[in-house]
Parts: sequence; structure tokens; C-alpha cells
Amino acid sequence: MDLELILMQLFSGLALGAILVMVALGLTIVFGMLGIVNFAHGALFMVGAYAGLWVAAQTGSFWWALIVAPLAVGVLGMLIERFLIRPLYGRTPDDPLLLTFGLGYVLVEAVRITFGTDGIPFSAPDALQGVVDLGVGYFPIYRLFVMGVVAVILLLLWVALEKTRFGLIVRAGARDPLIMKVLGVDVSRLWLLVFGLGVGLTALGGVLAAPMRNVSPEMGTLVLAEAFVVTVIGGMGSLLGAVVAGLLVGVAVSMTALFAPEMATIVMFGLMALILLVRPQGLFGRPAGA
Amino acid sequence: MAMLEVEKLNAWYGPSHVVHDLTFRIEQGEIVALVGRNGAGKTSTLRAIMGLMPRVEGRVTFDGTDLLPLGAHARFRLGLGYVPEERRIVSGLTVRENLQLGLVAAARTDERAAIDEIAKSFPRLKERLEQQGTTMSGGEQQMLAIARAIISKPKMVLLDEPSEGIMPVLVEEMGVLFRRLRDQGTTLLLVEQNVEWALNLASRAIIIDQGELVHQSSAAALLADKDIQDRYCAV
Repeated sequence: MDLELILMQLFSGLALGAILVMVALGLTIVFGMLGIVNFAHGALFMVGAYAGLWVAAQTGSFWWALIVAPLAVGVLGMLIERFLIRPLYGRTPDDPLLLTFGLGYVLVEAVRITFGTDGIPFSAPDALQGVVDLGVGYFPIYRLFVMGVVAVILLLLWVALEKTRFGLIVRAGARDPLIMKVLGVDVSRLWLLVFGLGVGLTALGGVLAAPMRNVSPEMGTLVLAEAFVVTVIGGMGSLLGAVVAGLLVGVAVSMTALFAPEMATIVMFGLMALILLVRPQGLFGRPAGA
Repeated sequence: MAMLEVEKLNAWYGPSHVVHDLTFRIEQGEIVALVGRNGAGKTSTLRAIMGLMPRVEGRVTFDGTDLLPLGAHARFRLGLGYVPEERRIVSGLTVRENLQLGLVAAARTDERAAIDEIAKSFPRLKERLEQQGTTMSGGEQQMLAIARAIISKPKMVLLDEPSEGIMPVLVEEMGVLFRRLRDQGTTLLLVEQNVEWALNLASRAIIIDQGELVHQSSAAALLADKDIQDRYCAV
């Protein structure tokens, strides 16, 4: 097997991993801050893709879809937090888990009723069509674009979390919400914003993923499983872990598809099992009680 | 007008009624010691005043504002600071970042000046501004918790067992600091197990036992009354 093919597959894996990073970041931010395992996360990824499809159809512009859909779905996420999840704070972790599990089904059915059950193609804009010569082979421009967008989002997130007052509050609130309350921070408002941010990120992942696959009501199901795998491998609540593990899983799946296509999906679960055996808290997670 | 006025305060943890009909007032610029045995309800009283108890009844007025309808964050914004017993230095953040947390909701915008100013009162922290807060000694962490609570210049601070587990030399430093805060007009409500130290700092003392107020007098009078101290404050 030639080196060019392997390198091309590696790039494909990074593009796949970039989408996983977006989804897993949202999942891990919400878990790290609010302690909620959001089972509706995959469905919200799918809603993001449909929202992008709808905005693109209305405006005729992929670029508007890329901006408006994540913002709109992020606002939907804030409404979900405010009216459905917030009343469950202080109760057992099972309650929000069950609620988001059910909510995921509701969102999928709502989309089925509105848009139908068949997959709908979503084309990348003309400017992002075609391939580019990377020196070792030709690679789809759109996939490079996805990797670039995710890199920019990661940079913005890093600056927001590490270099701003808002980021300081978020980091501290994730570790100790009580101390933030007694230092004057309205933690419920903070959680609202964080939940909206997490949902907005997965919706952006949905819009970015749409041209790489058909938009369908079920598209969030596998993504949710993949995002959980990434989050567990990276360490629940760890942003760096979500990034590293997302890219790792993307590359592992892509490379396995090259050598043993039937094992491609299974490999990420094997990787997760291996990591859990060696390091139960994940690559960058904190041990329980630390 | 009193800085803090507590009337018939009751508080519960689930079914447990832990504070019973507490009534007392604290004037501006006072240091008041709230003492009693372990489990007497001192921490619960502070938590009820700060808005951290799940169920509270009665009336708490701070500088003329009724506190009970407000969340803990809104109470801080009125000028009520709180240093919890467990210190709660945020892991993963430096000393400087922990101090910045004390300013995020405050009106003060001159962050650098505020940290320089607080560092003068806490020279041990000044040397460690870029160190992770949780890697410092227990005493230094306590100093950081106090500095974080007062950096925004609150009108009143609730302090829960600040001397617990701290080296005597740091406890002395803390006493000097509390007197200076009082002289600057800050009101302090001090929950303490170290009764003698607290009574030497305070002007008045309140004793609670099983959630009820059982004694209230000048600190000097209680310091001289070993019988009451033995009855209600002995560990």
C-alpha cells in the first residue's frame, strides 16, 4: 500500500475527527459545568444540520446557514436548559439523563414530521467544491475547510476560556459553583450560557457535517455514540481531552477503514475499552474525588 | 440602622430543623463572635444569612435590604462577603486568578490596582501570585480565601472558622488584619471554635446551642465568665 494513500486517509481521519471534536466539545462542556450527560446531544447535532439546510434553502447561501443555524439551535439549547433541565437541578443525575434521552426522541420525531424520513442532500458551496493537490495526493477542499473552521473555533474557545473574565468564571464555575455564587456570580445564568454554547457547537458540527453525508433524522444517533466515546477517552469534562480524543478517534476509524473496513466502527469502542482499562478517568480527566 | 438584623431566623436541612428563631443585630463596624459547640448551628446560621440553605424562614435585613428573597450572588453584590469553612480555593487556578474571582462581580474595575492593594495586606500571597492556589499550605489558603472575599471591599464579611488548623503565627496575622478591617469600617461576623481568640477580637459575642440563641453579651463579659463558656462552648 503506498504512502500517498495512507496520508490521504490520515487527512480524512482528521476531517472526521474535526466534526467529532465539535460534538464532543459541546458534550464535555455541558458535563463538566453542569454535570449533565446530555443524551439529546446527537439529536441537536441533527437539528443543526436541518436548520442549516433550511437557512441555506431560504437564503440560497451556505455561509448564512453556517452562521445562523448554530446560533438559532444554541438559543433552542438555552430554552431547553431554562424550561426543561433547570427544574431538575438538585435532583438525582438520572432525571436530566432521562429527560434528555426522551427529548432526543421528540426532536427526531419532530424533524421526521416536518422534513420527512428520507435523507436530503446538502451541497457544499461552489467555492468549496473540488479537490486540491496537497503534494501527496488530491484532497477534497470542503474537508480542508471543515478542519480550518474547527481550528478557528478551537482557537476562539481557547482565547475565550483562558484569556477572558468570562472564561475565568466558566473554569471556576465548573470546579466549584458554590464559591462563584458567594462571589456574586449568577450561576444559573452562567449555566444557561454554557448549555447554549455546548448545543451551538454541536449544531455547528451538524452544519459542517451535512455536505459530507445526507441530512437525515437518524444522523445524530451514531454521532452521539461517537461523541460519548471521544468524551470518555479524553476524560469527561476535559476540553483538551475532547480535542485530542476526537482527532485520535477520527484517525483510528479512518485508518482502520483502509485496512479492515468492517472493523472501522468497532475500533473506536476497542480504543475506549483499552483507555478505560489503563486510565479509567480518560487521557486528560481528573480521577474521581480529585 | 443596623448593618445586619436577624429576626426569628429558622433554617432546615431537609427535615432537620437546625436554626431556631434566632434574633440578633450587628452594627456597622463591629466584630461580633458567634460561638458554640460543634454542631450548635453556627455554620448553618452563616449559610442561612448568605442564602445557601435549602429552606429558611424569618427575616434577615442587610443594610436596609431584605435578604431572604435574594440569591447568594445578589447578597454578595449588596456588599456581603463570605469565607466558608472549607476555604474553597478553586483548583487549577493560580493565586492571582483566585483573587480575580473576588472581583468578577464587583463594581471595581481596576483589577491590577485591587490585586496590588490586597497583596500589601497579604505579603505571603504577593510572593505566590502565579502559584496554583491549592498547592499552598492550609494557612496560606485561608489567607487567600479571606483576601478573595475582601478584595471587592464588602461592607460586611461572614467568616466561618478562619483560624481552624492554622499555625499560631498566621492566626495572629489574621487577628491584626481583622482589627484593621474593623478600623476601616468593615463589619465582621466571626464564627469560631477558638473562643478566647475570637472574644479578644470581638466587641460582642453571641452563643448558640442546638440552633438557639442562649447568650448574648459583650465579648469582655463572656471572656470573664468561664461558667457560661464551659457550659456552651466546651468541645
